[in-house]
Amino acid sequence: MSTSPLQEPIPVPEEGQPITQLGPREWARQNLFRTWFDTALTVVFSLILAWALYRAGRFVFFTGRWEIIDRNLTNLLVFRFPRDELWRVWTGLFVLAGTFGVAAGSAARTRDQAVAEGRVAPPEERLVLRRFGPVLLLVAVLLYFAGTLSAFLLTAGVAVVAVAARFAGYRVPPNRAGWGFAVGILGLVAAFTVILGFGGVGWDRWGGLMLTIFLAVGGITISFPIGVLLALGRRSTFPAVRVVCVGYIELIRGVPLITVLFMGAFMLGFFLPPGTETPSLETRALVALVVFTSAYVAEIVRGGLQSVPRGQIEAAYAVGLSPLRTTALIVLPQALRAVIPAMVGQFITLFKDTSLVAIIGLTELLGVSSIVTSQPDFLGQGLIFETLVFAAFVYWVGSYSMSRESQRLERRLGVGQR
Amino acid sequence: MSRPAPWRDVRVLRIAFQAAFLVAVVAFVLWIVDNTVGNLERRGIRTSFDFLDQPAGFRIPGSDFRTSQSIGDAILVGVETTMKVSAIGIVLAFLLGVFVGVARLSPNWLVRRAAALYVESLRNVPVLAIIFFWYLAVILRLPTVEVAGLFVFSNRAFAVPDLTLEDGIELFGIAALVGLVAAAVVWRWRTRRFDATGEPHHRVLWGAGLLAAVLTVGFFAAGRPIGLDTPERLRFGFAGGLRMSPEFAGLLIALVLYTASHIAEVVRGSILAVQKGQGEAADALGLSPFQRLRFVVLPQAFRIMIPPLANHFLNLVKNSSLGVAIALPEVTRVVRIAISQRAPAPQSIVMLMGIYLVFSLSIALVTNLVNRRLQLKGRT
Repeated sequence: MSTSPLQEPIPVPEEGQPITQLGPREWARQNLFRTWFDTALTVVFSLILAWALYRAGRFVFFTGRWEIIDRNLTNLLVFRFPRDELWRVWTGLFVLAGTFGVAAGSAARTRDQAVAEGRVAPPEERLVLRRFGPVLLLVAVLLYFAGTLSAFLLTAGVAVVAVAARFAGYRVPPNRAGWGFAVGILGLVAAFTVILGFGGVGWDRWGGLMLTIFLAVGGITISFPIGVLLALGRRSTFPAVRVVCVGYIELIRGVPLITVLFMGAFMLGFFLPPGTETPSLETRALVALVVFTSAYVAEIVRGGLQSVPRGQIEAAYAVGLSPLRTTALIVLPQALRAVIPAMVGQFITLFKDTSLVAIIGLTELLGVSSIVTSQPDFLGQGLIFETLVFAAFVYWVGSYSMSRESQRLERRLGVGQR
Repeated sequence: MSRPAPWRDVRVLRIAFQAAFLVAVVAFVLWIVDNTVGNLERRGIRTSFDFLDQPAGFRIPGSDFRTSQSIGDAILVGVETTMKVSAIGIVLAFLLGVFVGVARLSPNWLVRRAAALYVESLRNVPVLAIIFFWYLAVILRLPTVEVAGLFVFSNRAFAVPDLTLEDGIELFGIAALVGLVAAAVVWRWRTRRFDATGEPHHRVLWGAGLLAAVLTVGFFAAGRPIGLDTPERLRFGFAGGLRMSPEFAGLLIALVLYTASHIAEVVRGSILAVQKGQGEAADALGLSPFQRLRFVVLPQAFRIMIPPLANHFLNLVKNSSLGVAIALPEVTRVVRIAISQRAPAPQSIVMLMGIYLVFSLSIALVTNLVNRRLQLKGRT
């Protein structure tokens, strides 16, 4: 280099572009060996990480005794669900794949339209594999343990239906986007009906991962309207309503979930008029989860309500809307849009928290993974290690994927940037 | 101006609506209470809180609680365990969380990745699964007796050396007090000198050195009043040292690891929320990376992180109730045992909720006080 860089015009990096692509050597120097302290850290951490990776890899591929998962896969997924009724679950899965595919396709169409009109920033380039990697890994692991051709074919069928439905949904005209959403909801109801209705299997006989998902989805769905009402009540101009709502919210938020679950398990039967039959433990757990979650949903929705500018309400009053219509037509649509990412976060929390129902004796995923270790064939071999790792992996895939999607959603909705 | 008819008067309508609302809520609550009392009486269960004075009739492992003591006393023993695990857990989780949170922003790629791996893998797993994992899969599978030098890790007990106080401790206490006062005086002297002349103050060195010297002299002058009590192996179990039951250790480790992963995210977010110019200004002044973090970035980040941090501390206290799943006799477990020993469930659970509510409200109160002290005054 003979010319001094100072004599040349300083290149202005383009906005948003990485300034320079470092070579591997330069990259390593800057990111791993900047100072002697950095070098020491790098050495120590690479030793620790290498050791951890070695131990984890050795466990997963060699020393782990996975036979217990292999033989109990159906137990872990549905537990007491009658085996000859399993076709209902598969049918439900097909229905869900079809309807959710349509909903996703229609949403993608709406988004692409918005991007084309320049109303929304284009999504950043992301590989499909990276986005769905954990879920695909989970499906692969489940198929490996299932190990039957029929399971493989059925899963492939579900995937094909989902992809086909997505393309079909993409053809829904953007001005009919509400339909896609409606189809999704309809699918949820239909899948539920297929499993429950027509001489089906009541949820007191559900178990494993299926019960986990049912409690999480059912819990958040029922909590949502209650939470919205509580949040509106908390911001009401009626002091009496406000006091009652604040009291409920703060009371529930101040106690651990397990005490509310105990309330459901031991007290709910006493609450009902004498002579009423006590609902099943599953139902009581669901009620407890709803009682608990609606307080947290209320706080999230309150945040959304506060984010609606005061001017919106004043403008609504100025054009002569009644308070009720102002809330329903002006405030809530804006508030609820702002809280979608936080609601996904609450759903993840609930998904993880459903594991606590194992303490009151329900057999959801975590409960099953601890009781299968006392089967005669597996008793006293310390196999809880393997089953817990499996259960934790399933939970991890669920909440990690959902949290990634919620981050995407947050960026797309531009929450906090408006 | 004439008043409108009462059924069209907004003021009257507002009051009428609220009255109706309150009547409905109260009626609902009374209906539940009435049903509960009726159901309890039909089954011959007492409806008052005097069961708290009844003899418990069960033992609490790991404490010298006697079966003849009352259920109320048992609950107090449980509260003590809850407070112990929460207090230790909060301190450890905070330290680990700050460490991991700072590591997530390290300029070193490997450190950053390792911290992210830790956070992402623990945050997305139910805390109950982590508790089960540590207690059932790790601690209970430790060898029965494992003595590693001064420490004991086994599936029967965890133990670390403990300090014992012997004769002459009063003298040593006085020496410690004198040392502290002397160190404080020296500290202020060095600070003033630094302010006046600008020569390096080394006040930590001076203060700590003086304190150490006084403590050493005091220790020997008082005839070595502090001894070390190391855990010893007996024929059955262990004696001496500071012992923890495996349940306690399992819950503590799991809660600390889980909460730290959440705290790390709070710390990271708060550091990123500090204006970039602050760090750049510190660099421009020639502060070292450590000084930059310690004196410029962290103090400001700390102010931002207090409310979410307090929330996670509170979560730790609430999650300690999961000790019930691994038979650690904290307050939830004790109440659970009491219920299975025929204590009336509704009153017991209401009481349990009340206890946790007191915990929550105290933490909220402390947070608000700290928050008010630390907030910048007169910020626009």
